[in-house]
Amino acid sequence: MAHSGEGHDSGHGASYYVKIWALLLVLLVVSVLGPELGHPIVTLVTAFGIAVVKALMVAAYFMHLNVEKKYIHYMLYTMLIFMGVFYAGVATDIMRPEGRNWENIEAKRIIEADQSKGPHAPH
Amino acid sequence: MSSVPIATTRSATGIPTGKLAVWWVLGSEIVIFGGLLACYLLFRLMYEGWGVQAAYTNTTLGTLNTFVLLTSSLFAVLAHYYAERKEAHKAFINLWLTIGGALTFLGIKTYEWGTEIAHGFTITSHPFWSFYYTAAGIHALHVIAGAIIMAIISLDVLKSKNLHRVELIGIYWHFVDIVWIFLFPLLYIAK
Repeated sequence: MAHSGEGHDSGHGASYYVKIWALLLVLLVVSVLGPELGHPIVTLVTAFGIAVVKALMVAAYFMHLNVEKKYIHYMLYTMLIFMGVFYAGVATDIMRPEGRNWENIEAKRIIEADQSKGPHAPH
Repeated sequence: MSSVPIATTRSATGIPTGKLAVWWVLGSEIVIFGGLLACYLLFRLMYEGWGVQAAYTNTTLGTLNTFVLLTSSLFAVLAHYYAERKEAHKAFINLWLTIGGALTFLGIKTYEWGTEIAHGFTITSHPFWSFYYTAAGIHALHVIAGAIIMAIISLDVLKSKNLHRVELIGIYWHFVDIVWIFLFPLLYIAK
């Protein structure tokens, strides 16, 4: 069958991918150690910022999105926009227990229950 | 005489049909996992209790599983690398190393869940744990599906047939890896 795929042979050897993997592992270590400092900004950057960088690296170099046709990029951006629309659409309902003409009694109950329980295991 | 479906031989986008199909599957997966992660963020930011519960997840096992998945992704891309060079035997070995990574991941997950359930952290004990088991469970199902598909493809690869499929399952596998890359800080790091 004449369907061999596009191929992404950019002349790199197998060691190229090993180097990317090693870099991903370094980022993994940083993302675990960073939050240990206990600083919220450092946690945000090292845990979530590095997660974004790792994901982009896997997408670009392992999935070869860096050499993929724009069609794929547009499709993925569209899906991410849908996600953003979903988040924005429901955020106002979920992230507030009350509004001007409404209140979420169950949400309030959960918040109060969490605050009264404090940090302990469910035993 | 063998016949080939017309859909597999034409391409309006210039992208091979199989690869395009995989990308569309992943596009829909972005909405599935993206919606799940967005929900988690919404609730986590709203309810302090979720952060309290997250303190009980096992960071060491989560880190170990991240290492396992990143390494399995390396094997998957190496399988693709060798498949493009028609080195079917090396591609086959790397496919099975990837499957080994999947099985290791699932083994660690099984131990982790067993320990958590034994300590009373069940799917009904708190909304955080409901999300934890749902998100990690759906992800684990994707790992299982990927490993099975990879094993089926490897049979063809051994005969040097349909080598392009190694790239297709590789793309899927890297996506499963990316989902875990985001689940890891949400469930294990941000406490």
